[in-house]
Amino acid sequence: MVKFGDDISEDLHQQVFSFSNQLLQQSFNGIKNVHPGYNSVLVTFDKNISSDTVLEKVQQYWGEFQEQKQEKYNRVEIPVLYGAKYGPDLDRVCEYTGLSSDEVIKRHTAGNYLVYFIGFSPGFPYIGGMDETLATPRLDTPRKKVPLGSVAVANNQTGIYPIESPGGWNLIGRTPLPIFNINDPENSLVDIGDKLHFCSISQDEFYQMKGK
Amino acid sequence: MSISILRSGLQDTVQDMGRNGYAHLGISSSGAADDFSLRIANLLVGNPENAAGIEVTLVGGKYKFTADAFIALSGSEFQADLNGVNFPFHRGKYVQKDEILSIGPTQDGARCYLAARGGIDVTDLLSAKTTHVVSGLGGYKGRSLQKGDTVSIGDLNKGTQVIKIKANLYIERSIIRINSGLQSKWFDKNSWRSFTSNTYVVSESSSRMGIRLSGESISSSRGHEIITEGIPLGAIQIPGSGQPIISFVEHQTTGGYPKIANVITSDLCKVGQLKPGDQIKFQYVSLEEAQTLKFKQEEFIKNLKNNHA
Repeated sequence: MVKFGDDISEDLHQQVFSFSNQLLQQSFNGIKNVHPGYNSVLVTFDKNISSDTVLEKVQQYWGEFQEQKQEKYNRVEIPVLYGAKYGPDLDRVCEYTGLSSDEVIKRHTAGNYLVYFIGFSPGFPYIGGMDETLATPRLDTPRKKVPLGSVAVANNQTGIYPIESPGGWNLIGRTPLPIFNINDPENSLVDIGDKLHFCSISQDEFYQMKGK
Repeated sequence: MSISILRSGLQDTVQDMGRNGYAHLGISSSGAADDFSLRIANLLVGNPENAAGIEVTLVGGKYKFTADAFIALSGSEFQADLNGVNFPFHRGKYVQKDEILSIGPTQDGARCYLAARGGIDVTDLLSAKTTHVVSGLGGYKGRSLQKGDTVSIGDLNKGTQVIKIKANLYIERSIIRINSGLQSKWFDKNSWRSFTSNTYVVSESSSRMGIRLSGESISSSRGHEIITEGIPLGAIQIPGSGQPIISFVEHQTTGGYPKIANVITSDLCKVGQLKPGDQIKFQYVSLEEAQTLKFKQEEFIKNLKNNHA
């Protein structure tokens, strides 16, 4: 585990992003997995590699590490159909925050979001940057099945469900775009280091995009 | 050539040595819960060690062979018969077309492995055949095998030399050896003493994702939440309840609970054999010792390959 700091910041994220990219590009085939987090990168090695080699390799990578300042962020637009059956918990968020549904949508679409890393489950983006006035606690009882593409809020985080899965977040809308491509996951729509923007679409637009 | 599932077991899944290299996309490796036993099952039929087999959990099913095949069962011993005749474990055996292998309940640990010469053949997902059951990815349609499914067996001629085993394969699993976890210092001497001296019972809600334990509660002096970071295979997490969870093959790639310890590599195969109700104790070993134990395990497999064991 390589730790870059103790809190959550865009600066630490930049180092995590660069270092994990560097590790993923290594030709050394003893690396099993690379797990970026908010302020750390966990590297696991093949079981046939000795702990001396592990230490040596990590020190070598660390020595070679040069933070690549990202010139241009990959900007990704996420179209969302908010409310109604696609966002069954939008009313709950309104009730909790005391905001109208139009205001919730306005504040959710106004945000500048950063994908800190992909973790937890396949394709799940840890997204920072939500307007704190939208913070709403998790549901008391998680749903057994949350549809793929659901856009949700839990406490001061917002998220998108990349695959159908159980979940306890407040669903406020749904995107018609697949954000995660299991057959070619390196080329998914949403990736570490992306800047996300949510935009509100109509039901017609939702079906048009989904049909494509 | 294929295997028809006449009746499925509790959780029969296609497994290999795992889908490595995708944790940064949220995909944990998965793979055989007891990879040591799958490797042996493969060697018994002359497969490469990393060929895919069927992982059978707690109770097996009924499997019919659509053509002659060369198969083996290894791992924990289950009740098993071929057309009513007792079927031996840890030995390669020819089965004939239309013969039916019935696997009953386990008589030992949680899992056994069915290997067939040529390997179980399903379409690769990201260069691996393992099923990630929790996420519904890979293997046979991303799920456990069900009645009516037919899984293919690969080319019979691809195998290498077949091994025979004389050594006793039984592995005592009541002592799980560990080394420090990423937050081991969050737990004081008393917590550590409690953690390594008390007995823990494997809970019913355990799965390939995590082994949940119940027993003496462990508390951290610095709380039970960390800023989300990577979780390695075998990490022992202590959530707010104080009841340890061993992250297993289908673990979440990142998480926010402190990790007191990590199961050493050579003992991960024991974890794959834990079943609800099993009682275990944790024993701390040094990194050097962990390395020696891993080396010994690999030597054992090497000797098997040379038919010296």
